[in-house]
Amino acid sequence: MFQFLIRRLLGLVLVLFAISVMVFVIFNVIPGGDPALRLAGRHPTQQNIIQIRKQWGFDKPLYQQYADMMDKLFIERNLISYQNQVQVIPTIEAGIPRTLSLALGAGAIWLFFGVVIGVLSGVYQGRWLDRVLTVLALTGVSIPIFWLGAVLLYLLTFQYHSLPIFSWIPPGGYSPIGHPLAWAEHLFLPWIVLAVVSIGFYARVVRSSLLDVRSMDYVRTARAKGLSSWRVLTRHTLRTALIPVVTLFGLDLGAAIGGTVILIEPIFGLEGVGQYAQASVANLDLPPLMALTLYGAFFVVIFNALVDVAYAWLDPRTRV
Amino acid sequence: MTLEAVQAGATPTGRGGVALAWRRFRRNPTAIGSALVLLLVVLACFPGAPLWVDVACHHGPAFQNINGYVTQNGHRVPVVANDGTPIGPGWRACYLLGADANGRDLMVRLLYGGRVSLEVGFASALVCVGLGLLIGMVSGYLGGFTDSILSRLMDLIWAFPVYLLAVALATSLALGGLAIGPLRVSSTSLAIPILVIAVVYVPYVARPIRGQVISLRRMEFVEAAVAQGAGPVRVMISELTPNVASMTLVMLTLIVANNILTEAALSFLGVGVPILTPSWGNIIQQGYNLIVTAPALTIAPGIAIMLTVVSLNVLGDALRDALDPHSKVRVKV
Repeated sequence: MFQFLIRRLLGLVLVLFAISVMVFVIFNVIPGGDPALRLAGRHPTQQNIIQIRKQWGFDKPLYQQYADMMDKLFIERNLISYQNQVQVIPTIEAGIPRTLSLALGAGAIWLFFGVVIGVLSGVYQGRWLDRVLTVLALTGVSIPIFWLGAVLLYLLTFQYHSLPIFSWIPPGGYSPIGHPLAWAEHLFLPWIVLAVVSIGFYARVVRSSLLDVRSMDYVRTARAKGLSSWRVLTRHTLRTALIPVVTLFGLDLGAAIGGTVILIEPIFGLEGVGQYAQASVANLDLPPLMALTLYGAFFVVIFNALVDVAYAWLDPRTRV
Repeated sequence: MTLEAVQAGATPTGRGGVALAWRRFRRNPTAIGSALVLLLVVLACFPGAPLWVDVACHHGPAFQNINGYVTQNGHRVPVVANDGTPIGPGWRACYLLGADANGRDLMVRLLYGGRVSLEVGFASALVCVGLGLLIGMVSGYLGGFTDSILSRLMDLIWAFPVYLLAVALATSLALGGLAIGPLRVSSTSLAIPILVIAVVYVPYVARPIRGQVISLRRMEFVEAAVAQGAGPVRVMISELTPNVASMTLVMLTLIVANNILTEAALSFLGVGVPILTPSWGNIIQQGYNLIVTAPALTIAPGIAIMLTVVSLNVLGDALRDALDPHSKVRVKV
């Protein structure tokens, strides 16, 4: 196990390195990405541009620029944005509790409802409940989430005035400690919106996995022993059927924290990491985008590794 | 075939796989329904868009009409009111769904935008599935060094948060266009969102194909082909491709659905389809800041997206049931 962890950790560093090089190359080699032109303002003189190149080190060779950026990001931790010269790392750190609040809450919701709906439609396979739930799940999977957020926000706040909250900052900050109810109330709508797509997807996965497992020999044995169908479902079938869900949940949670929030946070003005990413994209601001991409990839890769560990623990056959 | 016929020595005619799949598909009412909805959407957007312009109002999708008027119940109503509020939906030929802030006809834009969204969705799915098929097959069949290189590349794209990768690629390409040797793509070309969306989802296709090919390459029919002197390219084309075809077809349907959603999301972030070309995502992006006064600008394109994507997803589901009842192909949306 220890060796496995070391190997994964090494893999993580390699992947992050490769990703950082990719981001750097995407922004520097492809034409039009010259940051000096953007820093120089609207009508720069040639002299201005040359001066800015020198001052920010854009005249150095690319590998040197890359090394400088990594040094500022990881060692000196004083990377600043090209756009507004704000420190990148404190801005990201301020956003993390908001983004984690959003993603973890939504994750809990989609896991619970996805499994419940999937089990119901698997148990009642072929009946009307299964058909209704299948249509609902497929509809959920097909909604553009940013659109759902915008429309729900419009209906609830402007049409029916049932959401008195225009600021999405709960009184206790973005932490469930202290004011758990206020925290949940303020984040409820974003949670639902982020969760809807995954609920549909998980329901489909759980349903098909349940149907696969139900026809296995050991389940038939359990039934033949005379166990109640409830006991067979909870003790025998579900245990195996939920293994793929563990994998998916890990990957999706990583992807949500690392990327999907970019679509939700700007709608609700949550000002987390996703909204920062969206703003940096709009300004083509390389330093924050570099930091944010590495941050996102970090979560994706970490959750990937966690999934492997969990898998080895749940399914002894993979522990070779 | 009757018993007498068999006794008379006739050979029983078997049904081919395609015929069996078609029979399973035909007997599934939701499958037929979703295929019809999809057909309707495609018909409305491709032949329907110019037809609607001819019949209804003679306004193209880019026609601006800020100072214009329309007749509603015998009254002259401004298309865009003095306070900037565009006219809403109503029963009239012109501006059936209302106008946007520049006085453009939402219905016309929706139909023409659907063309772009469907084109981007289908084209990027074709590129994506093509690349994924190639990479998955080469990497699964050849194995060894080629496989490790390609698999690591797939891992890398996989680890990149999808939207951030798409956004990074799209922003820098939208700034400068793309120039690889003699190949030049202008920065306002639709090829950019198509390529970006295709690339980020390649691992979702390549991985399952690779897995399938690894289990196929040990089979007798592949060994037989190799023993007859078939090279790797020949084995891949004539032995492996038919065996992953149904899986690929199902994935293609689901990837189209997924890519239409991705196009909308990228356009909403301002890095998808170029701003002057209407697409469902662009219409939402441009109408979103008017959601309080003109909600139709946001709601209508969203419903169009949902309708199309739901029918594609149901179709993909039904195709999977029909073609390959035991397969476990899934596409993460």
